[in-house]
Amino acid sequence: MQSSFSLSLSSASPITGRSDGGATSTASDLFFSTTTAPSQLRFCGLRREAFSGCKSSNNALLLKQLRPSNKISASLSGNGTPSKGFDYDLVIIGAGVGGHGAALHAVEKGLKTAIIEGDVVGGTCVNRGCVPSKALLAVSGRMRELQNEHHMKSFGLQVAAAGYDRQGVADHAQNLATKIRNNLTNSMKSLGVDILTGVGTVVGPQKVKYGKVGGSETLITAKDIIIATGSVPFVPKGVEVDGKTVITSDHALKLETVPEWIVIVGSGYIGLEFSDVYTALGSEVTFVEALDQLMPGFDPEIGKLAQRVLINPRKIDYHTGVFATKITPARDGKPVTIELIDAKTKEPKDTLEVDAALIATGRAPFTQGLGLENVNVETQRGFIPVDERMRVIDSKGKLVPHLYCIGDANGKMMLAHAASAQGISVVEQVSGKDHVLNHLSIPAACFTHPEISMVGLTEPQAREKAEKEGFEISIAKTSFKANTKALAENEGEGIAKMIYRPDNGEILGVHIFGMHAADLIHEASNAIALGTRIQDIKYAVHAHPTLSEVIDELFKSAKVKSDVPSAVAEPVAV
Amino acid sequence: MKINEFGNASVDIIVSSISLVRTSPCGRLEHLLPRRPTILTPEKKSLAPLICLLRNRSKQSMMAQLLNSSFTPTSPCLRRQSMPSLTQPTSRKLQIQAKIREIFMPALSSTMTEGKIVSWVKSEGDKLSKGESVVVVESDKADMDVETFYDGYLAAIMVEEGGVAAVGSAIALLAETEDEIAQATSKAKEQSSSLSLSAAPSSPPPVETKIPDFVPVATVVKPATVTAVASTHPASDRGKRIVASPYAKKLAKELNIDLSGVVGSGPMGRIVAKDVEVAVVAGAAVAEPTKPPSVAPGIELGSVVPFTTMQGAVSRNMVESLGVPTFRVGYTITTDALDALYKKIKPKGVTMTALLAKATALALAKHPVVNSSCRDGKSFTYNSSINIAVAVAIDGGLITPVLQNADKVDIYSLSRKWKELVDKARAKQLQPQEYSTGTFTLSNLGMFGVDRFDAILPPGTGAIMAVGASEPTVVATKDGRIGMKSQMQVNVTADHRVIYGADLAQFLETLAKIIEDPKDLTF
Repeated sequence: MQSSFSLSLSSASPITGRSDGGATSTASDLFFSTTTAPSQLRFCGLRREAFSGCKSSNNALLLKQLRPSNKISASLSGNGTPSKGFDYDLVIIGAGVGGHGAALHAVEKGLKTAIIEGDVVGGTCVNRGCVPSKALLAVSGRMRELQNEHHMKSFGLQVAAAGYDRQGVADHAQNLATKIRNNLTNSMKSLGVDILTGVGTVVGPQKVKYGKVGGSETLITAKDIIIATGSVPFVPKGVEVDGKTVITSDHALKLETVPEWIVIVGSGYIGLEFSDVYTALGSEVTFVEALDQLMPGFDPEIGKLAQRVLINPRKIDYHTGVFATKITPARDGKPVTIELIDAKTKEPKDTLEVDAALIATGRAPFTQGLGLENVNVETQRGFIPVDERMRVIDSKGKLVPHLYCIGDANGKMMLAHAASAQGISVVEQVSGKDHVLNHLSIPAACFTHPEISMVGLTEPQAREKAEKEGFEISIAKTSFKANTKALAENEGEGIAKMIYRPDNGEILGVHIFGMHAADLIHEASNAIALGTRIQDIKYAVHAHPTLSEVIDELFKSAKVKSDVPSAVAEPVAV
Repeated sequence: MKINEFGNASVDIIVSSISLVRTSPCGRLEHLLPRRPTILTPEKKSLAPLICLLRNRSKQSMMAQLLNSSFTPTSPCLRRQSMPSLTQPTSRKLQIQAKIREIFMPALSSTMTEGKIVSWVKSEGDKLSKGESVVVVESDKADMDVETFYDGYLAAIMVEEGGVAAVGSAIALLAETEDEIAQATSKAKEQSSSLSLSAAPSSPPPVETKIPDFVPVATVVKPATVTAVASTHPASDRGKRIVASPYAKKLAKELNIDLSGVVGSGPMGRIVAKDVEVAVVAGAAVAEPTKPPSVAPGIELGSVVPFTTMQGAVSRNMVESLGVPTFRVGYTITTDALDALYKKIKPKGVTMTALLAKATALALAKHPVVNSSCRDGKSFTYNSSINIAVAVAIDGGLITPVLQNADKVDIYSLSRKWKELVDKARAKQLQPQEYSTGTFTLSNLGMFGVDRFDAILPPGTGAIMAVGASEPTVVATKDGRIGMKSQMQVNVTADHRVIYGADLAQFLETLAKIIEDPKDLTF
């Protein structure tokens, strides 16, 4: 049993010869020649610390885990001693989830680390993003359930009319953000990371100054610098944000009002999540989407189904293929007005008059005032250009030594956990190990009810790649309707879809729409990260009855041509 | 999921036995079946009992498996049939001609008896090639793509999206060549009448006939809305554009209501869902001329009858009313004087309803709070006019024609107006502002001998008065004598968020005074 286990694991490992030498590394080297994994790509596993920014609980656990490493490190403070001639080994500008993840990993690697924050620790994710929005979505999920009379009746439950207290909901979101922020701050403090307050500016190679705007500034030197300044909500031209009736996600998360009718500009995951919150709290929603289809960016098939569940039956309508050219806040007794033009012909299409408008058109990098000109770096649409190792590229196309940029500011993948993974990858590099992050293994999730999650390529992307590189792809799908646990919860709506190579069993992408999809995706993302093939993972056992069987079914329904014999495949008499 | 579902009886039944085994929760059946797909040719049908056994063992999970496995494009074409149908595989085949084929509702699971068309992947006239997905069908278990087994053209769709059809019934026609499309279309029309019986919810013909019914109403109402309603949305370009909230639009589409005829009561005159529901209560009487009478004579006992749109709207309104904290105050009013007045002016065409409405309106004029309404729970509106809605039973339904400005219009005009409204209601020609603008509602069951009852407050209004029958009653007077007086009981249900007990008591006192001394009713 044991031998077969390690065999199937190692045979699928894409880990290259540069592996940091775990128990499986010798085995993986042996099998390396037989796998077709993209060489030189190695995924950096996200560890618990890296995720802590986006997790609500387990802080106590986190600290307990980290303390031992604190003792092991040679330095008195727990933070490392800096290299000669530098104040710090590593200075991180921006204490969001990316910076935090990098800082924790740097301390573990024995680097003397400082983190500069001009606002509050936690950045967008903790204060104005994933964290408070999850609090609101937790409320909306419950409201939706309690309000769904049919759903309750089918359980045999009787619930009197559910109501909510807006301030109570808003407080829940705020309290959660505060709690997570404190957790983050404490985790860094306890490790001895220097938290420097002020706006950080790069003044030259390996030199950073920080301080309050207009106040005194301090110059520090660092062997390596990571820029992790993140992003702010993107507000298109012509949109006047007043923070009351025309708002961005920053304002919306405070939930100061629940408008009767709100227009959400942009139907990406931010817009979708807010539509879920607002409709559950009684608002009616109109989406304005510039592209021809709602939910661009999602796999089209998933998008179609999601629209059938998340949009059509709810109090939501939409205008697609239109730009909102001018949005004026409500004033003098007039409602919020939104002028729409056709995205293609540019002709005026319609004018909406509503109670509020939420601008969810994406996020813009926050890279101003970083002193990039001092190191000859030009941003591209605000983003800092980097190579695949997050090394900053200057205007002549050359790498800037010792300067890295992670997270939303480089625009590679604007997700909190991606930033953290990039930060860890950079720390690996500066502490002497080459490392490249495989972005295709980073999952993403949209926390609507039910949730949407994805990892890797969408079907059109996979088809394009397959055509270019000359391989075949297949699609496997399973339905939540066939899952016992989902049916027990009366949540049979949803599908899981996998795009894979039938010739070698490589997973190219997995998309899930259904109950707890965000939690289910990791089996697939880990498989992609570790290079596990379908023919191997399909023999992994899942507890019955659980939602994870949806993914189990997905793997099992795939038809891989190369029949890899495996010891587990033989039935074992019990 | 791909299912080939064209009526070709010679298709072998292929069962992917791997999938049968997989989910059996106990895992004991692992060795029973071979791991390769088994082809159930007629010779191999002896395997059927085994499958049958499996089915009984863990029917649900097995079925789940069947569905899952066929999601993969490489999976064999399944033509799954429930066990009973194995014995009569050819009987349900309805091949018309060699060149025009029917696309059937496939049996996607053994328990499936009917399927819902989720969406048509192809539209009429599209060229289909073998193996392409044509339609997405929702069964009791999953949504699946149904693919074509032949090349050809999708000539006619017989069950629209959202429609339900029984397993084995034709849902579309496939023509082999372009020339045959027309032929197939006419065929489809022939069949659609019989089909609509089995696919009632989707049947397009009723929808079509509804539209001509409603269009005249819409065109007439449009200008009327603008002039009659002060609260027309400022953004509506003087009525050119309709401003309605997303849910209102959705409801209107669902309930087949023309929004141009709906009066908006939301912020800045915007049409909100409630307005559509109000409109549908009466509109349904307009839009569904045939349904109610057919129900009355032949009610099938024990049958489950889905709500008509009107019943649905009433139901929603009634449930919504539970969100309003109401209370009730009753009052006994002596009607001798009113009866006398009624007898006197009846020849001039005055009706009792008009008299009661008039009396109520005059009392409301003195107690504007009882004529107010609270919509958002944060504020309330003193309505500028007193519009008395009177509940009228009609064709098994309910409608509330409105006597507008009942306090200002004289009793004779009011009576004429009432007759006109009742006639219109019977002819189903009420226009939205004639049934949706009430600020206070009267419900009178006195004519049936009901002496007292209480009414449910229609959402969006402040109060409703339930009026019982006026009956001769033995009454003791203060001077110790016993006499006979005609008395009726009224019972007002009101929204306690804005109307308090004292308000109602004073209003009823005023009303009683007016009715007991009705000279003001005739000016």
